[in-house]
Amino acid sequence: MAERDVLLEVEHLTKTFPIQGRNRERKQFLYALDDVSLQIHRGETLGVIGESGCGKSTLSRCIVSLHKATEGKIFLDGQDISQMRGKERKNMHRRIQMIFQDPYSSLDPRKTVAQSVMEPFIIHNIQPEGMSRLERALELIQAVGLDQYHMHRYPYEFSGGQRQRINIARALTVGPELLVCDEPVSALDVSMQAQVLNLLIRLQQEFHLTYLFISHDLSVIRYISDTIAVMYLGHIVELCPAGDIYQRPLHPYTQALLSAIPPSSPFEEKEQIELKGDIPSPIGRQPGCPLASRCQHCTQRCRTERPELKAVEKDHSVACFLYSQ
Amino acid sequence: MNTTNTAASERAISSEALFKREEKANSLWRKFCRNRAAVVGLIIVAFMVFIAVFSPLVAQQSPNELDLPNRLLPPLSPGHLFGTDEFGRDLFARIIYGSRTSIIIAAGASVVGCLLGLVVGLVAGYAGGAVDSVLMRIVDGMFAFPSILLSIVLVTVLGNGALNVILALGISSLPKFARVVRGQVTILKNEEYCNAERVLGASHLRLVIRHILPNAMSPIIVYFTLNIASAILSEAGLSFLGLGIIAPTPSWGNILRAGNSFLGTAPHVAFLPGAFILLAVLGFNLTGDGIRDALDPKMKR
Amino acid sequence: MDKHLVEVKNLRTYFYTASGISKAVDGVSFTVDEGETLGIVGESGCGKSVMSASIMRLLASKAGKIVDGTVHFNGADVRALNENQLREFRGKDVAMIFQDPMTTLDPVFKIGDQMVEAIQAHENITKEEARRISAEALGKVGIPDPEKRLNSYPFELSGGMCQRVAIAMVLCGKPKLIIADEPTTALDVTMQAQILKLMKQLQTESHTAIMLITHNLGVVWEMCDRVMVMYAGRVVEQAAVKELYSNPMHPYTWGLMDSMPALNDTPKEPMSTIEGMPPDLRLVGKGCNFRDRCKYAQPQCAEVVPEPVDLGNGHCVACLLQTREHRLEREGGKRHG
Repeated sequence: MAERDVLLEVEHLTKTFPIQGRNRERKQFLYALDDVSLQIHRGETLGVIGESGCGKSTLSRCIVSLHKATEGKIFLDGQDISQMRGKERKNMHRRIQMIFQDPYSSLDPRKTVAQSVMEPFIIHNIQPEGMSRLERALELIQAVGLDQYHMHRYPYEFSGGQRQRINIARALTVGPELLVCDEPVSALDVSMQAQVLNLLIRLQQEFHLTYLFISHDLSVIRYISDTIAVMYLGHIVELCPAGDIYQRPLHPYTQALLSAIPPSSPFEEKEQIELKGDIPSPIGRQPGCPLASRCQHCTQRCRTERPELKAVEKDHSVACFLYSQ
Repeated sequence: MNTTNTAASERAISSEALFKREEKANSLWRKFCRNRAAVVGLIIVAFMVFIAVFSPLVAQQSPNELDLPNRLLPPLSPGHLFGTDEFGRDLFARIIYGSRTSIIIAAGASVVGCLLGLVVGLVAGYAGGAVDSVLMRIVDGMFAFPSILLSIVLVTVLGNGALNVILALGISSLPKFARVVRGQVTILKNEEYCNAERVLGASHLRLVIRHILPNAMSPIIVYFTLNIASAILSEAGLSFLGLGIIAPTPSWGNILRAGNSFLGTAPHVAFLPGAFILLAVLGFNLTGDGIRDALDPKMKR
Repeated sequence: MDKHLVEVKNLRTYFYTASGISKAVDGVSFTVDEGETLGIVGESGCGKSVMSASIMRLLASKAGKIVDGTVHFNGADVRALNENQLREFRGKDVAMIFQDPMTTLDPVFKIGDQMVEAIQAHENITKEEARRISAEALGKVGIPDPEKRLNSYPFELSGGMCQRVAIAMVLCGKPKLIIADEPTTALDVTMQAQILKLMKQLQTESHTAIMLITHNLGVVWEMCDRVMVMYAGRVVEQAAVKELYSNPMHPYTWGLMDSMPALNDTPKEPMSTIEGMPPDLRLVGKGCNFRDRCKYAQPQCAEVVPEPVDLGNGHCVACLLQTREHRLEREGGKRHG
């Protein structure tokens, strides 16, 4: 196996949002991301899974610079993206693109497909080689499985699946290396979901793309990813190759997540590992393991000390004291 | 395989037809026309604009020609359809020419107010934070004055004359426009397609001009139409108070003011310009409401 | 005949729009027995929600009309009920759980007050008594501190907790049938598992029938006794869950089952999908609605509306190709155990 080349590296990323306190209350912070570190290798897919409010969307928005990190750094090919200015920064935007969750609001309703897809050409003043911008836009539109006659239509004339294709075409115009996909198929019907997933996998090979793929659906993540990061309450609790998540989930949260997935057949009898109660509030920094209040293996140590994400074997890290002895 | 293809293409054609039908049914103009009140409003507006533009053709007489022996003639007198005023001037001609002043001032004031409001609202809404707070507190301060009072103050400071009245009315309608625009912008700037633009590396200016502004336009257009109606009223009010357009230039407001003194003997001098004001305001309001309903995606039928 | 709790026959609900008639529900027939869970599966726009609204006579839009068919509940004709009977029917006999619990809970009233009001609407009891019943119900659905929670507003609770409250409200009415319209779609998987478990447990206790509308086949496998697959306003297949899983017959069901990625699939292998999109419901007419996306379609599929045919054991399928002597074989589908 060739040496894996790191395209994007996230180091100790923390993102907090201030919460408006009532009257004279002390100003509080919501910890959306708390000390997250990970690497994305060129040409591979890193899947991030977690429930709502676990910080996976915040992570993606920090990477595409929609949010500014409170602490920590993000490196693209070894360069800190927060330090980039002017031309360098504009260039960075060409290398990292994003597909949004909601196909309905992510296209300007007053722009035709052609206008939307050609928008990046104008922003970055790109002139495609040997063809007009419109011809290049048509090429991309066809690459994502739409037709020429779709070019001059408005977004409201398309279904969710088709709009997501348009979004993908628009992101591809600038020739990105990293495509951040924030729940790109969650809003779609089952049959559309499979179509879009197939498309993303085909495009990855065709355009040599690297994906950061975010989803709350473990089957989707498992299907598309090479490496999976499991997030809970702003932390990465487990990081492992995609195959391992199904065969050898280590963290109690991953195990619970896996057992909560509805069965794949009516004959399957699933053993349920129930997590008690609700996800605790992310406001303020709590000591100890984020899962402590819901975990059945919780010990005194879990409540007071935070487990670090540690490699228990090659490529498989977990943040849990159960594996630290 | 072949057969399914033909079936599919057949359906494609009919869905094309269906789409055309839907487009037609949902086109703004169709939706507007299905609203009878709006159509009546638009007809009134068209009529008002017509008499304002073609005043010399509509009214044969001069609005300022004195004819003292024939003072305060009642309507339908020979040669004077609407009668005459206290100086024997033809009331019909004065009202027709007055529509010119009133509508130009109202439209001009709305344009001024709209442009100023756009700038303030866009900046406040897009920048947010401290800029937003400061700008909106100033706007709130302007809101604290009744707009007619504000216009009176402004006209007193700026002096009479059509241009100053336009400015005064425009500035006093600024806060309303700024509010509407700001509200739209604060919603739109967080739309996912704006985030998509940011990720693509678009500049703030491009984002505002190319994406936020066009999407914010529809409520602004509605508001613009409605504001013309209230500007007509405000202008009439100012002129009635003797602060706006000064006689002999006719405007609905100052004709009304002149007629005020003869309410007992010649009520038509006050009544007729009043009726025109009412009609114009009604027309612009109905049209504005009609546009608003037509733009509302929930009003599909 | 009269032993079915719900009996829907040939139900048709059309929407009359400016651009044509949209056949949202086009000839749907099914039954639900006491204590049974019927799963209704289909993609968005297939008419499953309109159908449940039609049964409840809750069609919101004036444009939507039940044009044909009968709905019998416990032997009574639902379409013939008057306003008073309808209120009784909706609150007491049948209850609904929606995808977004906020549509059931009024954000400006306390949970306790809403529950008391709901109970008193159908039962002649004191406020104290109603509060006691409410607290009991909240405790039953696993809400900690039920007495205290009665004084909470909906926004103070998480989505999963709100859904529990909605279920508790439903319980208070002791309905004979619960229509659950995507009850767990807005929830996270761990919360979904909790809610499903709760619904199952309550059903065993009270012997309530459930109509579970969902797009998630996994939820169907877990919860239902029988399942009905809908496509473009029509029922394409209906069978007992295990029968449908081991022996699906309709090409659409095949596509639906194959396009769900499974945890044990080979990653990054192209999934088999249903190409194309569902038809516009204003365009469907003669022929099978699925024919444009069906790789087995024959010329006759464009001519005849396929009637549901019983293949035995209550397994009905509406596909012309499945009724010939040589049945259609599923190609390249996932193998299931």
